[in-house]
Amino acid sequence: MRRFLRPGHDPARERLKRDLFQFNKTVEHGFPHQPSALGYSLSLRILAIGTRSGAVKLYGAPGVEFMGLHRENNAVVQIHFLPGQCQLVTLLDDNSLHLWSLKVRGGVSELQEDESFTLRGPPGAAPSATQITVVLPHSSRELLYLGTESGTVFAVQLPAFRTLEDRTVSADAVLQGLPEDARHRRVFEMVEALQEHPRDPNQVLIGYSRGLIVVWDLRGSCVLCHFLSNQQLENVCWQRDGRLMVSCHSDGSYCQWPVSSDARPPEPLRSCVPYGPFPCKAITKIFWLITKQGLPFTIFQGGMPRASYGDRHCISVVHNGQQTAFDFTSRVIDFTVLAEADPAAAFDDPYALVVLAEEELVVIDLKAADWPPVQPPYLASLHCSAITCSHHVSNIPLKLWERIVAAGRQQHTHFSTMEWPIDGGTSLAPAPPQRDLLLTGHEDGTVRFWDASGVCLRLLYKLSTVRVFVTDTEPSENLNAQGEDDWPPLRKVGSFDPYSDDPRLGIQKIFLCKYSGYLAVLRCPRPPQVLVLELNDEEAEHAVEQVEADLLQGQEGYRWKGHERLCARPGPVHFEPGFQPFVLVQCQPPAVVTSLALHSEWRLVAFGTSHGFGLFDHQQRRQVFVKCTLHPSDQLALEGPLSRVKSLKKSLRQSFRRIRRSRVSSRKRQPAGPPGEVPEGGARAERTGVQNMELAPVQRKIEARSAEDSFTGFVRTLYFADTYLRDSSRHCPSLWAGTNGGTVYAFALRVPPAERRMDEPVRAEQAKEIQLMHRAPVVGILVLDGHSVPLPEPLEVAHDLSKSPDMQGSHQLLVVSEEQFKVFTLPKVSAKLKLKLTALEGSRVRRVSVAHFSSCRAEDYGEHHLAVLTNLGDVQVVSLPLLKPQVRYSCIRREDVSGIASCVFTKYGQGFYLISPSEFERFSLSTKWLVEPRCLVDSAETKSHSCPHNGSGPEKVSGRARS
Amino acid sequence: FGAEFRRFSLERSKPGKFEEFYGLLQHVHKIPNVDVLVGYADIHGDLLPINNDDNYHKAVSTANPLLRIFIQKKEEADYSAFGTDTLIKKKNVLTNVLRPDNHRKKPHIVISMPQDFRPVSSIIDVDILPETHRRVRLYKYGTEKPLGFYIRDGSSVRVTPHGLEKVPGIFISRLVPGGLAQSTGLLAVNDEVLEVNGIEVSGKSLDQVTDMMIANSRNLIITVRPANQRNNVVRNSRTSGSSGQSTDNSLLSCPPQAEPSLEPEDEDSDEDDIIIEDNGVPRHIPKAVPDAGSLESLTQIELNFESGQNGFIPSEVSLASVASGTNTETRAPDQKLLEEDGTIITL
Repeated sequence: MRRFLRPGHDPARERLKRDLFQFNKTVEHGFPHQPSALGYSLSLRILAIGTRSGAVKLYGAPGVEFMGLHRENNAVVQIHFLPGQCQLVTLLDDNSLHLWSLKVRGGVSELQEDESFTLRGPPGAAPSATQITVVLPHSSRELLYLGTESGTVFAVQLPAFRTLEDRTVSADAVLQGLPEDARHRRVFEMVEALQEHPRDPNQVLIGYSRGLIVVWDLRGSCVLCHFLSNQQLENVCWQRDGRLMVSCHSDGSYCQWPVSSDARPPEPLRSCVPYGPFPCKAITKIFWLITKQGLPFTIFQGGMPRASYGDRHCISVVHNGQQTAFDFTSRVIDFTVLAEADPAAAFDDPYALVVLAEEELVVIDLKAADWPPVQPPYLASLHCSAITCSHHVSNIPLKLWERIVAAGRQQHTHFSTMEWPIDGGTSLAPAPPQRDLLLTGHEDGTVRFWDASGVCLRLLYKLSTVRVFVTDTEPSENLNAQGEDDWPPLRKVGSFDPYSDDPRLGIQKIFLCKYSGYLAVLRCPRPPQVLVLELNDEEAEHAVEQVEADLLQGQEGYRWKGHERLCARPGPVHFEPGFQPFVLVQCQPPAVVTSLALHSEWRLVAFGTSHGFGLFDHQQRRQVFVKCTLHPSDQLALEGPLSRVKSLKKSLRQSFRRIRRSRVSSRKRQPAGPPGEVPEGGARAERTGVQNMELAPVQRKIEARSAEDSFTGFVRTLYFADTYLRDSSRHCPSLWAGTNGGTVYAFALRVPPAERRMDEPVRAEQAKEIQLMHRAPVVGILVLDGHSVPLPEPLEVAHDLSKSPDMQGSHQLLVVSEEQFKVFTLPKVSAKLKLKLTALEGSRVRRVSVAHFSSCRAEDYGEHHLAVLTNLGDVQVVSLPLLKPQVRYSCIRREDVSGIASCVFTKYGQGFYLISPSEFERFSLSTKWLVEPRCLVDSAETKSHSCPHNGSGPEKVSGRARS
Repeated sequence: FGAEFRRFSLERSKPGKFEEFYGLLQHVHKIPNVDVLVGYADIHGDLLPINNDDNYHKAVSTANPLLRIFIQKKEEADYSAFGTDTLIKKKNVLTNVLRPDNHRKKPHIVISMPQDFRPVSSIIDVDILPETHRRVRLYKYGTEKPLGFYIRDGSSVRVTPHGLEKVPGIFISRLVPGGLAQSTGLLAVNDEVLEVNGIEVSGKSLDQVTDMMIANSRNLIITVRPANQRNNVVRNSRTSGSSGQSTDNSLLSCPPQAEPSLEPEDEDSDEDDIIIEDNGVPRHIPKAVPDAGSLESLTQIELNFESGQNGFIPSEVSLASVASGTNTETRAPDQKLLEEDGTIITL
């Protein structure tokens, strides 16, 4: 505490800190976790997604994003935009309605909740009487019609949510309006559909679940006409001119009904079961859209043959003899069709189908002949296959960027060329000042390259590393096999793959050199493989050179009991343009890989495992050295597959086993248990045993770490530096490695000059070994130059992007362990400064990274500091070189272990972490580098020329972008 | 040796260093190259060792007026002769000393010499802590003995401005038999942990406190409120004014009168990182900048406490006169010394 206060008394420094640091969570990238509702405004051209946790997210043109969070932690069931307004109504699963609006404040729109409302029935009424099933925002903009489970339709006035009792359409009133022969039907049951007549706002179509559909005259309060179906009703849809109505039913059929008030016993014009004749599942929603060409589009959800395809999540599109059932890999939440927004237009002319599935958003181009998907600029499914690691590279040179984009473009040929159709609002955010890449490694062995420069996280390129290896499954083949069945005409769409969890393929570490285009990838856990790839604009066919690195070299008596290794494919392999592997290093024993470093200037790659580390010269394709870091007594590390990164399935299974085992053992242990709670007797003992297990207080053992602890050999961090390792007169390349046991190894390297690089071997010699007495895992190593500035990245100086480091003054070594920050002098290692984090705060360092913080006032002023994430989820800035804590913000919940584990920092004080398997939260510690949505949505500017009416003056536009 | 008696005088006000005294003894007895153990009989008749400046000064200052000194050859030494009551139980110490075989008959736990001892724990800052609290320092040397305790979450009742309130706290839940914590006798199950190395634990999670303790494990200072409040130190200085306070928990809400002077000492604990250069010999990493932080008063307390641990507890037995010794002229004993340090433990 005192340490935090001590530096705080310098007012100038305090002022400077305010100019340098500030904490914001700016934007969420990716696909919302557990979406539960979809809404779309044809006039605003904005999409809304509600989630089970009560969030509402709005998306328009790329960069236009809003997010709102209900105070209640309830699932959003429905979202409806009010016609022609910047307002929307959400229905939660607690039966409450919420009115949100986009209001302009300070030149940007903000989303804010205005009002909330829960429908109350008459006293004594059953709760189902007011349980809302359907919401219809009336085109008058003032009324909301609410269909309920009881069959009553309530009218509510907006924006105050005042119930208009005289406008209530009760089931009884409808029954009175029906002719005798229709009245024999039993209770109406719940309202399934409410649709306003497309031409006459005074007519509303009410569909009841038992199959009765009526057209209700709002002014005259009478039934204009009715339709009787003998199947349970699921949904209805008006034809645009109001002369036809289409209903869909639970038996997988849909019917077309002519609408005219005089046709007395209306019969369906046509009724069909699209995937009959065998029993089918319900068609839950249908769109009937007419086109200028005359032939309508029928788009419906479900209706698949129950027995053979009942488990599919399909949406079928039928048009002009062409029929496709789009088959989604996850449940379809809802869908909508983008069509002509002007209600006065004669035709719908649909142009895109928007489907919200549980794990992704898919947009289908309906204009193109074969209905290809459109590549979304946002809402990317980050979790197509589970993310196993991530790596951020700031400020990518244009050249490399273009090459990656070009390589990616060739992978995206199956996408439609259509412009992104959801383009409401205007993004006011300045163009991103630099190009940033976020690389994610996945469980299926792919590395995805994301454009992380701006608000929209967009997939640029996908690298698959599977091809190099012989695996059991050839994933592409089964997919094609399914497509061959001609009926139903299924077509797989979307990128989410629920079946990709081969842990042998998971990527553990990624390192990309932005100047040379070298990429190193570590795959885990069996066996650890280092793959070095190079960007190639042409496709190529070549063999991948394989080298084996035995980290137990010279160690006697170790017997590996872990997994067998995965074999690489022999012979030349064909590679697409993009990153192509040329060297593969397989580490022995096949345990866990833990760290990776690449130096593109020296053409060296270093890798660390649970057993040691090695250095590989990828120019000469030769191993330089290996070093075993195991403690002689560390038997545990040798015996098992030490997969620290387990698949979820595996860890679940293990935790269940553990519970079972602990139940058994606690039962056994009973007699020896602590006095006072020793029960006697069999069955009782058993029950108490379980209870004790649950009630026993959590205990923590206090014990000093010893050198003999297991896993001390884990190499946690690797670092290349050109510094004074041996003496203060000559600097040389060096490799630094830090282990779990608090040991730092330093190797002096001799890299031959460029002209003799191929002829002479790279030499390495151990120069130093530092043992931190507190023995905490070393998580970061850094060398500061004579001006106490971190050494630049390799090739950074060569590309004129950094000042060359100061080689005059004395260098300093910073070692960050989980518990302490320590600065040592170089070349003679003596302790200079330290900051004890754990001893003072009880938190441990999880991530540490150097970041450059620019001042928001002075244009060219900036400082290098350490951005630190602790195991408590706090983000701190620790100053360099004096190691003074500067600021601290709580960022991630401490219980959110996966969020903390997934955090990456950028070079300019921003960061990302996973808030769900599919979403990255972006945060910023910098006052200068903020990437957040700033956008404007204005209802006046929209293309809606709708209803001429309304006297409420200029639209209110409002909102508060929530944090 | 056989037995040899010498009598000489020392200046009581300037006793000099133990080394000089040792040299003097060797000179007087003409045994320059023999390792010897030096002991003296204190006022209670206990045979106590002299092996450093402190107990040498103590011995000189307590001489009444003669100081009887016993010298034995190191290799023949009978360690068990030292300790409380030794001179009283065995009427003839000289016999014991000269013929150690006499009581080798009884199986004895061999206790090594005090210079081989090191402190394992101490109670510190007694003067600045409320009487209900106890600040315990555990010394962890090497790895041979585990710290040996467990902590858990719990709740304690505090006096706050709003009355009694139940607040979450951290408690000692278990002591490992044979562990450092248990062997000190200063910590017990259900003691509430209030601070770790001067940092309050309130508001911190069990895991945080665990990490803090482990991070400080080489020099762990825990402030506890013992579950058993009967063994608390009673200080004369306090009892006059604050006796009402000392019995309840209300002191917790009082602002601490004095900050414990823990800051400098956490600097010393882990400066001993090891560097191995070019596969050479490991050595400790030196400090780049000489630290101004000097040895503080704690060292003094520790040293005194060390004596306490070794059984230097004053008893009421008066000295039975025993022959044979080297007597030194000294003044009357200064009996207040031990009490002033406030390091007396009640066992």
